Amino acid sequence: MWNIIERAKSISGCGISGIIHKKGKLISGEVIIKSICCQEERGNGLGAGYAAYGIYSDRKDYYALHVMADDKTALEKVEELLSHKTFLIYQEPIPTRKVKTIKNPPLFKRYFVKPKFEGELAEICDELAEDDYIVNLVMEINEKIEGAYVISSGKNMGVFKGVGFPDEIAEFFRIDEYSAYIWTAHNRFPTNTPGWWGGAHPFTILDWSIVHNGEISSYGTNKRYLELFGYKCTLLTDTEVVAYILDLLIRKHGLPLKVACKVMAPPFWMEIDEMPEEEKELLTALRVIYGGAMLNGPFAILFAYNGGLVGLNDRVKLRPLCAAEKGDVVYMASEEAAIRIVCPDPDRVWAPKAGEPVIAEMEPGSIPNQKSYLKGRTREVEDNGIGIRCRYTPLFTG
Amino acid sequence: MALELDVATLHYSQVNRKLREEIEKGTKEFKLIGVNGHRYLSAGISADIKIDIYGTPGLDLGAFMRGPEIHVYGNTQDGAGNTMDDGKIIIHGMAGDVIGYAMRGGKIHVYSDVGYRVGIHMKAYMDKIPVIVIGGKAGDFLGEYMAGGIIILLGMFSQYPERPIAGLFLGTGMHGGVIYIRGKIKESQLGAGLKPYALDSEDEKTIEKHLKDYCKDFNLDISEILKEDFIKVIPYTHRPYGKLYAY
Repeated sequence: MWNIIERAKSISGCGISGIIHKKGKLISGEVIIKSICCQEERGNGLGAGYAAYGIYSDRKDYYALHVMADDKTALEKVEELLSHKTFLIYQEPIPTRKVKTIKNPPLFKRYFVKPKFEGELAEICDELAEDDYIVNLVMEINEKIEGAYVISSGKNMGVFKGVGFPDEIAEFFRIDEYSAYIWTAHNRFPTNTPGWWGGAHPFTILDWSIVHNGEISSYGTNKRYLELFGYKCTLLTDTEVVAYILDLLIRKHGLPLKVACKVMAPPFWMEIDEMPEEEKELLTALRVIYGGAMLNGPFAILFAYNGGLVGLNDRVKLRPLCAAEKGDVVYMASEEAAIRIVCPDPDRVWAPKAGEPVIAEMEPGSIPNQKSYLKGRTREVEDNGIGIRCRYTPLFTG
Repeated sequence: MALELDVATLHYSQVNRKLREEIEKGTKEFKLIGVNGHRYLSAGISADIKIDIYGTPGLDLGAFMRGPEIHVYGNTQDGAGNTMDDGKIIIHGMAGDVIGYAMRGGKIHVYSDVGYRVGIHMKAYMDKIPVIVIGGKAGDFLGEYMAGGIIILLGMFSQYPERPIAGLFLGTGMHGGVIYIRGKIKESQLGAGLKPYALDSEDEKTIEKHLKDYCKDFNLDISEILKEDFIKVIPYTHRPYGKLYAY
């Protein structure tokens, strides 16, 4: 790696990097650190972060809540809420190291929980209901407890992020000590929104995590649309909406991954006009129904979930994205160099097309609680005697 | 004998400083190894030198440069040849987005594919005519707002059999220069008001001249390339947006 000699500069563009092992083998944190730090120049020290999947295999069936808090009082309030609303089996401070350049960091704790349903609902134990419960809990903490934010809430995964360069944040959160089967990382150059700890990437909900280079100029529209479904945008950064859009479209509405990507980065009407009839109908319907979930503005994003890593560009590729694969490992990053520094001789390197997702899912049965979103979810319609009620069948699990 | 420098552990500013020091001393040929993501290599250098690069140079390779001949044995990232004035960049792999942005002279030869927005804002003046030859395929916005110069797109040495030779919005807002394309493209891919034309004898001479040079760089047989007909895209007016704001 380079010896960085000058940090005072104002050249920019966020940097992103992601790695997945398609058979679920664990990859050392040192690999992702090396990759994102190769794109050092793309950030300005005002934010960096990492998402790691497969790091809590001992408690893989519990939602791991990573909580960031301004002070002890805020943490106590979170803990009080958790004691009422969840079965909490384990909690601990997130281990950190002292880093000279990181002054006055917030407090970080992690809690491993299961939902505590009340009354009739206690009978329900399907995954969708549990996930919904956790989403609501996260929204409640983020919105109502001052100075406390849940920065990740998925099973067997966690997010570590803050204000600093990627090497500093890695040092602070001891990223080198973790191993994961999916990693994403971000190096931030905030443009329109503040560079604060909660505003660093990745953004998450449940096991969705997202890192983003660009600007989402449709933030206002997306935020208002998401609020209709109960999502609360509290983190003061445009990227937050993408995490909730993914959750809504794919987990809640059961859209196949590729279709959800076409909602976020739809083709131009002139392209739709030239499509075969069936495709034209689908793409038109998506633009009409999900107009509020379309992402406008330049973006290159990487998002991950328990089982996959996806790269996506805006429809005219206004931000860079490069992909490569070697054996069972798939790499995606802003710059080819960020891949080559950890994989000098990939089997294939390519430049993804604008608006076309690069999807790397694990082979079925690779990891616990594995999800696949390649296919849409089928719906069961039940007549419960009072009226028609839709109930989703559980997600595919490997 | 080329001066060999292993730059793997150096920051790009250190590499460029070293290059400039050596040029001052009279060194004419360089071989850079361990290049990976180093930005701005050879940027702004005015000298007749030759640099062989092994690895993946970073953004804005050869930006603003006047004179150097750079051979890249690998791929380049975005912005290679940004506003370059003279010299040559020969890329033996593929190239990223925005290659030859606002280029005003010299040549860029890419063996394989290029990304989006290649050759946008290219310009020409008198005998300074920039040329980009692309052996593979190109993304959207090729030659957007082009004001001068020549782009030749072959579509032959591509790793993307499923993609069309060029993307959408080709030559949008073009008001000078010419884009030659081997084979055919759909008119709907062209920017508003543009049409493909057949070549005249002058065009054929121009293409042959530049392809000879291209083939020499990559050891290719020009007769293979010329087996297929080319079309050309030229601006339909000198001021495509002249009336845009004049209601």
